[in-house]
Amino acid sequence: MLPRSQLWLLGALATAGAASAVSGRINPYFLDVALGVAINVILAVSLNLINGFTGQFSLGHAGFMAVGAYTAAMITTTLASRLGWPPVALRWGLFPVALLAGGLFAAVAGLAVGAPSLRLKGDYLAIVTLGFGEIIKVVLQNVKAVGAASGLYGIPSYTNLFWTLSGAAVTVYVVWGLLNSTFGRGFLAVADDEVAAEAMGLNTTRYKINAFVVGSFFAGIAGGLYAHLKGYISPTGFDFNKSIEIVVMVILGGMGRHVGVIVAAILLTVVQEPLRKLGDWRMILYALLLIGLMLARPQGLFSWSLRKPRTAAS
Amino acid sequence: MPPLLQLDRVTIRFGGLTAVSEVSATVEPGELVGLIGPNGAGKTTVFNLITGVYAATAGDIRFDGQPIDGLKPYAITRRGIARTFQNIRLFPSLTVFDNVRVAFHLHLAHDAVHSLTRGPKFFEEEARLREQTRELLGIFQLERVQDEPARSLPYGDQRRLEIIRALATRPKLLLLDEPAAGMNPAEKVELMRLIQFIQEKFQLAILLVEHDMKVVMGVCRRIHVLEYGRKIAEGTPEAIRANPAVIAAYLGTEAATPRHA
Repeated sequence: MLPRSQLWLLGALATAGAASAVSGRINPYFLDVALGVAINVILAVSLNLINGFTGQFSLGHAGFMAVGAYTAAMITTTLASRLGWPPVALRWGLFPVALLAGGLFAAVAGLAVGAPSLRLKGDYLAIVTLGFGEIIKVVLQNVKAVGAASGLYGIPSYTNLFWTLSGAAVTVYVVWGLLNSTFGRGFLAVADDEVAAEAMGLNTTRYKINAFVVGSFFAGIAGGLYAHLKGYISPTGFDFNKSIEIVVMVILGGMGRHVGVIVAAILLTVVQEPLRKLGDWRMILYALLLIGLMLARPQGLFSWSLRKPRTAAS
Repeated sequence: MPPLLQLDRVTIRFGGLTAVSEVSATVEPGELVGLIGPNGAGKTTVFNLITGVYAATAGDIRFDGQPIDGLKPYAITRRGIARTFQNIRLFPSLTVFDNVRVAFHLHLAHDAVHSLTRGPKFFEEEARLREQTRELLGIFQLERVQDEPARSLPYGDQRRLEIIRALATRPKLLLLDEPAAGMNPAEKVELMRLIQFIQEKFQLAILLVEHDMKVVMGVCRRIHVLEYGRKIAEGTPEAIRANPAVIAAYLGTEAATPRHA
């Protein structure tokens, strides 16, 4: 008999399969929104591991997403025509491989950024990760092989409800599972008090890197899903604003809450639809929302849990 | 047999300030040793040197015969030294239970991967750790508040929880930094009794920093005295009580010299 958490995961994957099977009957607009929601859940839950549970304030999540998006898109666009496989084989065979490769590349990027910079704390770490995100963007803007500033076109639309919902389910399971063990309580301990954590024999640097690598991996997966949903990616799609958008989801949901962050990711993605007309003004609304939230409910909108809120990691 | 802990002329300077100067001291296995001295004498700095928070400017620190100076704090804890903090450093948002549970870290058979595969062995170990955590909490009757966040505990219980958390790392040497600070005399006596109990039960060596001379004199057979970062005396409580340098350090030189000589 499997533990309940794994039964939940299997149930979620089965639901994803069932939803995907009937997706042809769903209004394409709603389907598109649903796919976007699931991708944002992956992004928010994975960032929550870093910013919320481990208390390391990263502002570079969109950068890792970009690494995954470009890696996966390059693999499918160059290989899809050469392999000569039928479309079904490409969607169910090549695509997951490309997604995984994107996740792994993003994880490696997470390790490369995390290992040297996780010695920094609070604001300093935020600035380094912010800088990293910008570097990724500028590099992508200047590499001709990936379309430079004009971006990558003609990415096959392999993303469907099964891949996005499964991706979200696996992310939730991994983050939840990692934290719900004696080993995993170490992430929370690091967020609470690093000096005490070290004194209890925890290698705090390793915990932080673990969180960073796992978080980046899923950001990369989300990037790959996003690329194969939109069919087109450009460096500006993964800029600072995108990182902030994900951070807002985590803060709104209550840093270090499992359910709250998922609810916030869903809500904020859906709310964006009617706000689309506002264009860039949307970001101002976001900023106001964040300020209001920090003043009124610093513990996040959706923290009903009994545990008192952790003070927001500075 | 070499001493469990040996400080050999340990010195640390912060810029122009020599916080600890040429301090030599030993702790034998299973011994309860006191470290006393007036405010600012460098007691906590000595703790921070032993536990790797600071690296010594000069001198040598050995534990179990091995040099430990320059190791990271977690690596020193792995060797078998655990500590509490003068200003209490629990994991405030974690439950009382999780505060102790997380300190079993060094002895875990499971890691990140097992947390995801969650096989039968994982659950067996977690059940065993829950049992051990409850057992430790029982020493100070903290099981009744095990699901409360640590920050919600009253001050005295927070101090007790910190000692239990340190025990979960299964140390050979326990460093207690003013464990009785802020407690009333009756609580202090009770705590000292428990510290002796713990020392016998777990076969520990304990190095105890304490302001209250009475408390230290009651439980320690040997005491080191610091003043201005230097060791000025070492000996039995009786010897320390009679030592003119110690009396001078605590009460001023007036008291140490006969008034009508």
